[in-house]
Amino acid sequence: MRTLFKTDYNQDIRLFKHGGAAFWYAVLGVALLMPPWLSGEYWLSQLGFVCIYGMAGIGLMLLSGYTGQISLGHAAFFAAGAYAETILLTRGWPFPITLLAAGLLAGAVGVGIGLRALRLAGIYLAIATLAFAFMVEEVLARWVSVTNGNNGLTVPAVRIGSVEFNPAGARFYYLVLGVLVLLMLAAINILRSPTGRAFVAIRDSEIAAQSLGVNLAWYKTVAFAISAAFTGIAGAFYAHKLQFISPEAFTIVLSIELLVMVVVGGLGTLHGAIYGAVFIIVLPEVIGVAKDYVPAGIAGQPGLKSLLFGLIIIGFMLFEPLGIYGRWRKIQLYFDRFPLYRKGTFKRQKAYIRTERLR
Amino acid sequence: MGDVVAFTQQVVSGTAIGCVYALVALGFVLIYKATEVVNFAQGDILMVGAFLAYTLIVLAGFNFWVGALLAIGLTAVLGFFLERLVVRPIVGQPIFAIVMVTIGIGFVARSVASMTPGWGVDTHFIETPFYNKTVRWGAVVLSQDHVAIILLTILLCLVLFLFFRRTKLGIAMQATSQNQLAAYYMGIPVKTVFSLVWAISAGVAAFAGVLLAPIAFVHANMGFIGIKAFPAAVLGGFGSIPGAVVGGLIIGVVEALAGFYLPEGFKDVAAYIVLLLVLLVRPEGLFGEATRKKV
Amino acid sequence: MTFFEAGDLTISFGGLMALDRVSFEVRQGEVCTIIGPNGAGKTTIFNLISRLYEPSRGRLIFRDQDITKAPPHRIGGLGIARTFQNIELFEHATVLANLLLGRHPHRTTTLLEEILFLPRVRRAELAHREKVEEIIDFLDLQKHRDTMVASLPFGVRKVVELGRALAVEPTLLLLDEPSSGLNVEETDDMAFWIQDIRNARGVTVLMVEHDMRLVSEVSDRVIALDYGRVIAEGAPAEVQNHPEVVKAYLGG
Repeated sequence: MRTLFKTDYNQDIRLFKHGGAAFWYAVLGVALLMPPWLSGEYWLSQLGFVCIYGMAGIGLMLLSGYTGQISLGHAAFFAAGAYAETILLTRGWPFPITLLAAGLLAGAVGVGIGLRALRLAGIYLAIATLAFAFMVEEVLARWVSVTNGNNGLTVPAVRIGSVEFNPAGARFYYLVLGVLVLLMLAAINILRSPTGRAFVAIRDSEIAAQSLGVNLAWYKTVAFAISAAFTGIAGAFYAHKLQFISPEAFTIVLSIELLVMVVVGGLGTLHGAIYGAVFIIVLPEVIGVAKDYVPAGIAGQPGLKSLLFGLIIIGFMLFEPLGIYGRWRKIQLYFDRFPLYRKGTFKRQKAYIRTERLR
Repeated sequence: MGDVVAFTQQVVSGTAIGCVYALVALGFVLIYKATEVVNFAQGDILMVGAFLAYTLIVLAGFNFWVGALLAIGLTAVLGFFLERLVVRPIVGQPIFAIVMVTIGIGFVARSVASMTPGWGVDTHFIETPFYNKTVRWGAVVLSQDHVAIILLTILLCLVLFLFFRRTKLGIAMQATSQNQLAAYYMGIPVKTVFSLVWAISAGVAAFAGVLLAPIAFVHANMGFIGIKAFPAAVLGGFGSIPGAVVGGLIIGVVEALAGFYLPEGFKDVAAYIVLLLVLLVRPEGLFGEATRKKV
Repeated sequence: MTFFEAGDLTISFGGLMALDRVSFEVRQGEVCTIIGPNGAGKTTIFNLISRLYEPSRGRLIFRDQDITKAPPHRIGGLGIARTFQNIELFEHATVLANLLLGRHPHRTTTLLEEILFLPRVRRAELAHREKVEEIIDFLDLQKHRDTMVASLPFGVRKVVELGRALAVEPTLLLLDEPSSGLNVEETDDMAFWIQDIRNARGVTVLMVEHDMRLVSEVSDRVIALDYGRVIAEGAPAEVQNHPEVVKAYLGG
């Protein structure tokens, strides 16, 4: 059983809490640099998607997992980023600027939502974000002069200098990996400073947060803005991956996928966002492979992915509400304490409903 | 004169679809009032009910009314067991978890429906006794289907009203929603009450599904209409049953009029515009109460 | 300087008048306790000071500043901190995180600096941590530092809430029933802490309390409330024997 002996307050603030953690993350870092040499183009492309979903996941996690604001409409920010990137690139703006602009535009939309969302809580907020996402989808389809409506837009390739980035290639992979790491660092920094603590305070008790000087309006808006900006950047890269975007790529189903991603991954943790992204990309692959082993009658069904999706959501909520990351921590704890692990460590107490309506 | 006729027809057809929204919203609010769960799968339960009715009436040849009632009953049973097996273990956890579970139920329902032989991904049709018949009211020609929907909805609302006001079970349902632990102490069979609420709610959804079938056809994704029930429930005030009904009717009529008088595309978003306006101006809805936490 | 004064506070809920022209003052450096039967309006006064409610009339003056219209999130920065009757801690955060949140009114870093985690952010964090550790030592919370609040027993939570309020470095501390739910030993600890807070830290304390033993032990002045009105004011022994107060508690 390892006990961490702390001698310095810095140890609690540092990125890596102890040498062991630093070592394993270094190994991970090296492993993540390898794929262009080791894996085929298909898997490299999929890893790219994992990075992109991971960015959006971090964004949504900051808003819903840490600040407690449920968003059922995050596809709207994704779309904002994707369309901004595409339209600006088509108009001749250089790549890094378009990426920043995509993030800023999505962030601005986030501010707009945040301001409206101030008076809404819980389920009302969720429904409002849902409605907002629908309206954005409709606007994208109708504003033909800018977005070409349902006919969609072709996305120009990423170009830095004279170098072109093939969306399925190694350079693009390193690019999204790099941006993911940057966003991750930004998120970690926010979470270990007063702003991050304020987010958590808002989630757990708005009244107490106010009494401690947390300006709800400001922090909720900031949470929405940052979340939207991260998701917008993810959307911009998503556009490059798809090479062609239309309103149909940004429906409510995408919003729900993003939400499921952060919940299954582990709500309230940044690791959860990454695990969730891996889950979302790997699931269809697993189904594809499993189809070979399953009788043709079942395998041929079109609804199989949805079915598994639904069952997994229900399964996690029933049996492992802390998500993949939660389960991983429990496993770590088991081995940490072996053979002294007590079976009842994570037994959930029976909880009774107390009405949340009097808030 | 033609304008008034057209207007009236739009209002009536809007009211008819509004009745469907109202019923879905009603089912929602029932569950929400009792258990504070927001059932995102309400529309998909409607779909299951409609499919069961289709199977009984069209595939198995039952009489329309018998088949419809059977379908409603079966769906109610489904709702009962859904609560017992899937929702009950989640009770007490934050709203988030419960919302996710109901979303998951929706996924499962849709995919199972699309994989069931005889249902699949096709669109089906149920012929009602009112199909293709019309009723005249002065210069206005109304479809019998629409009129039937409105009348049947009124009937159901009356039945439910009496149930909740005059029976112990209805009052018990309110008690358990406000303080489950206290309800236990008072001897209310809380778990059974919850399951019954889901059963009633599912039955109402199936009822709506049967009414909707002739207008919108029966297919695996027909449950998405349930999303329109959210604006209805919010407009009426999330904890109010008459509010849900009124909300649904308003949304239905607004939609119909928007589709008729406003440019293309407004019809689809009309419901959401109404929703966002309500949330901006009066979040507690028409009949709801603004509440705040007592510290 | 008027340290703290409430004048003519009036507020109704529905048809019920919770406070009816309540006026009182709190002098700097004292421990002032508000007593009264349940429903007298004591917590309502706190909620007015925290600006969770709007009075229909009346004013609140703190250190010569009129705070009657101040937004709720400004109160912490002015130097007023409070605890809550039913505990409003951040359940899914550690004790340390809760206490660090008490330092929020003293935040000196901007959002951009925090995203980049510049050295001055790190320095500020370490400074906050030192302040909080001092409170942890004072309240003996060392072994709970990294525990999630949700898994703590009630008595410890009350102490954590006290600690969080102290982290604000307030000049006026509002304690809402600090001893409710505590056993005798814990109440004695609380009494010691309250006295220490006044004597060593120079913090003025305004508290609501039911435990008369605690009230007599620590209070400099007592104000008695009943049905939203002040019925007595003065030294603890005086007020406790006041006929109106006795009547309010015993009925008749």
